Amino acid sequence: MTDDARPDPEALLAQASPRARLKIFFGASPGVGKTFAMLEAARRLIAEGADVVCGVVETHGRSETAALVHGIEQLPRKQVVHRTITLDELDLEAALARKPGVILVDELAHTNAPGVRHAKRWQDVIDLLDAGIDVYTTLNVQHVEGLNDVVAQITGVRVKETVPDAVLERADEIELIDLPPEELLDRLSEGKVYVPDQARRAVDNFFKRGNLLALRELALRRTAERVDRDVQRYRREQRIGAAWPTAERILVAVGPSPGSEKLVRAARRIAEGMHAPWLCVHVEVSDAPPLSTADRDRVEAHLALAESLGAEVVRLAGASVAETLLEFARDRNVTRIVAGKPTHGRWRDFLRGSLLDTLIRRSGDIEIHVIAPSEELPPKRATARADATPIRPYVVAAIAVASATAVGALLDERFDLPDDAMLYLFAIMLAALGGRGPGLLAAGLSVACYDFFFIPPRYTLVVADLRHVMTFAVMFTVGTAMGGLVARLRRAEEASRQRERRTAALLAFTAEAAAAREPADVAAAVVAHVEDVLAAPTSVLVPDDAGGLTASAGLEPLAQQEIAVARWAHEHRKPAGRGTGTLPEARLLAVPLAVGDTSAGVVAVQIDRARRRIDLAPRLFLEAVARQAGVAIERLRLAAEAREQALRAQAEELRSSLLSTVSHDLRTPLAIILGMATGLRESAKPDQIESLDTIVDEAGRLGRILNNLLAITRVESGAEVRREWVPVEELVGSALGRAEETLAGRDVKIEVEPEAAVQVDPILVEQVLLNLLENAAKHTPAGTPVEIHAERKDGGVVMEVSDRGPGLPPGPPTQVFEKFFRGKDVRAAGAGLGLAVCRGIVVAHGGTIEAQPRDGGGATFRVWLPGGTLPPAPEAAA
Amino acid sequence: MSEPADTVLVVEDEVPMRRFLRTALGSHGFHVVEAGSIHDAEQAATEAPPDAILLDLGLPDGDGLDLLKRLREWSAAPVIVLSAREREDDKVAALDAGADDYLTKPFGTAELLARIRVALRHARTRRAPDEPVISAGPIQIDQSRHEVTVAGAQVHLTPIEFKLLVTLARHAGKVLTHRQLLREVWGPRSTQTHYLRVHMAALRRKIEADPARPKWLTTEPGIGYRLRDTIDP
Repeated sequence: MTDDARPDPEALLAQASPRARLKIFFGASPGVGKTFAMLEAARRLIAEGADVVCGVVETHGRSETAALVHGIEQLPRKQVVHRTITLDELDLEAALARKPGVILVDELAHTNAPGVRHAKRWQDVIDLLDAGIDVYTTLNVQHVEGLNDVVAQITGVRVKETVPDAVLERADEIELIDLPPEELLDRLSEGKVYVPDQARRAVDNFFKRGNLLALRELALRRTAERVDRDVQRYRREQRIGAAWPTAERILVAVGPSPGSEKLVRAARRIAEGMHAPWLCVHVEVSDAPPLSTADRDRVEAHLALAESLGAEVVRLAGASVAETLLEFARDRNVTRIVAGKPTHGRWRDFLRGSLLDTLIRRSGDIEIHVIAPSEELPPKRATARADATPIRPYVVAAIAVASATAVGALLDERFDLPDDAMLYLFAIMLAALGGRGPGLLAAGLSVACYDFFFIPPRYTLVVADLRHVMTFAVMFTVGTAMGGLVARLRRAEEASRQRERRTAALLAFTAEAAAAREPADVAAAVVAHVEDVLAAPTSVLVPDDAGGLTASAGLEPLAQQEIAVARWAHEHRKPAGRGTGTLPEARLLAVPLAVGDTSAGVVAVQIDRARRRIDLAPRLFLEAVARQAGVAIERLRLAAEAREQALRAQAEELRSSLLSTVSHDLRTPLAIILGMATGLRESAKPDQIESLDTIVDEAGRLGRILNNLLAITRVESGAEVRREWVPVEELVGSALGRAEETLAGRDVKIEVEPEAAVQVDPILVEQVLLNLLENAAKHTPAGTPVEIHAERKDGGVVMEVSDRGPGLPPGPPTQVFEKFFRGKDVRAAGAGLGLAVCRGIVVAHGGTIEAQPRDGGGATFRVWLPGGTLPPAPEAAA
Repeated sequence: MSEPADTVLVVEDEVPMRRFLRTALGSHGFHVVEAGSIHDAEQAATEAPPDAILLDLGLPDGDGLDLLKRLREWSAAPVIVLSAREREDDKVAALDAGADDYLTKPFGTAELLARIRVALRHARTRRAPDEPVISAGPIQIDQSRHEVTVAGAQVHLTPIEFKLLVTLARHAGKVLTHRQLLREVWGPRSTQTHYLRVHMAALRRKIEADPARPKWLTTEPGIGYRLRDTIDP
């Protein structure tokens, strides 16, 4: 159920897209002036300059209406010849081709002549709206589908032409054309209301003051509900919080009885009136005889009707209808249950217990609404029909009776038995174990044989003593009663056996799913247990990387259109296929493995043509398995995710602890060496100074290599780089500051665009610049110039460090960025890490780096990094 | 140096490192007190308050940062943090917690001595915030007249640039973290480091002869900025 406090996303979407508007001029009865009002509104629109076309308007020969039509562009009618008469219909194709701004279509409930595109005019209207044409139309309250029953009850006339409530709901505006009944009756007597001749008699019944008052009330109420909804929508659009207190929830139970249809409509009206969500349930009693196909179809039709009227449909199974209903109602916080008035005799309640009685007695604070069934529909007893008639029990019955006769005859010769009837009773009881039919057969045969062989006059079917008729009656009664009892016991036993089997299967499945190590194990368990219980080929489909569904378990391959059914179920997280409201003709039933808002896959059961659908109880089993499987797969997914995360965290921890160890353990001795050497140098003899200088230089070099090693570890860990906006000038400045000693004695030319800035980790990118400068210093003769150039380019900044040295080593220019690559010049030997670090850092930032020989000798290293201009900073932000 | 020797408390757990610091400082006229742990350091600092403290952040019995915070509750002696290069976050935390400067390992004797001297000089000549004229190198700031001259030539600064320069100049020679600068200039809740970079770039262009090779207004990557008051190594 949707929560009214939260705006429904679909509703928000619908409100965002402009669509054609439907306006309905709504009236309580014919003759209130709907067409007139519609035409007046149309003229106003025309006066405002709108493009209005008259599609169909019935003037019924009235001059004032005709006068209003005059001057509105008329769309030619479509002439349809039906049998001997010619009918004028709305020319839908012409209207769509003309594509006016607004079209007038009178009498929304009209049934089209056979041969035009749609059966009903309201379907034409939907097409027009879909084509983006605004529609003005008229409608009487008795033509509203959801009110059909009520109107029929009030007026005694059942209207065949109805418009689904959904069309009414689709209307953007409903204008009630109200006329007090007195005035309407006046108009009728003045002949101002058009009435077809053939309906004269009906009219006299229809236009009674009482009827008109009731209809008027219905129309007013319907419009009021609508206004209420508009207010609600307004509140939703305006994001006004404080939900409507829809604490009410209505439940209606339906069965195969045709009266259920009325119950559904009644429940919907109650729910509508209260703005309450409503549920429609069907309870299958587990030990009752299975419903006949016709009954089952009727149940499905009732459920489908409820769904189309906006109910949430639920199928339940349980031992008792009342208990199951009440349990479910409490579970879902139902406040009112709508039930039908019993139509059967009191004796049946006495024998079987009354559903209504139990409901009312046990409902506690749930209100029970009792609705009378339509009298024109007599309740039809649902009859159980055995699917196949086994011969064996009947044969057994015949043999039992024959044996009883033989034994009776044998004994009769020796002793004078007080009553041979006892033998037959025994035979009947034996036969009745095979069911009601064999019981009856045995009773019949027994009566015949008893009469023929034992009752005087013997060997005739004549009964001399009327007392024996009593014996016959007892035989029949025993036969039927025993047979019925046994049959019922059998069914109960079978049902409980099935239930036990399903419960056991579900338990076993749950255990297997809990022990599963990967989703495929869960899928295999689903297939094994579902196939076992349902005896139908089953497969489990899971989403694949390509966005489709592929079979994870199950042997039977699925056809393309069957996969489409499964996909629908997966995407909508609702069952689809045979026996459901979606694609019911498909050869399979697909149930999603849904957990909350996600579906982990679909279990698809293939159903052969002979089997019409899966019964309710097995289907509930299937849904329970699907739910469990969904939970199990979701659990596995979460566990895998957690494992991966833990691994990543572990790796990250290891890396950072290694980093800090290396950093500390190598740097501390280095710091000591460098410190000591610089200290010694201050008081050293001249011949020692050179050695100490070398120590200092080498220690410095070691420090730089260490920096590079740490930087490359940092970049290659794959961790996201920290980015901030940094002016390139600042980066160049600090890099030059650190390279001061290395670049001593060289002419450094700097050309940096002052506005250029990059979005990078400044420490890492400074390292890039430093390495490039040190690389230039290392590989070029002392005293040669170094140039730094930076400018904005291609949504970033390009930075170049150029030298006038010997140029790049032979080979592809990218090789210089390989780790541990060293040029031929051994004098300038390094670890071969500097440029590799540069590339690592630049790539981690999403940039590029390249080396190029330079015109006039030397090399250029070009780095491009994402950036541009610093985002503006307010002058005063404090 | 004829005046009484300054006492430097060296808090460092590595014995060879301590030996180096002792030799380097001792041979340049400092009195060195050594501590190998937080516990020893606190004891030494209370027994004889030092003039300056060299603090290694990684200590065996705790975090150097905690020691720093506790010291700051009662001592104003300059603290120089010894740290590795890639530990920018530690350095920033230490500076924000009241450290005066940092030295990145490895460092030479000259660098060490220079930093200690700057720190000591600052501790002695703490400037009043309303000092009318502040100078750092060639830069002269007249606070009352809102005027700035660089080597005698007047430069025009926006109010933010002026505020930024005054903040830096008041702590001339000392590194200021991004957070410290943002707090001083924009207010306590400001976190927009890029504002700082924008205005710093503008300021540098007005003060430095070659903004790409700044002499006075230097960048400490990942940490902050420093306005140098003398040019020394």
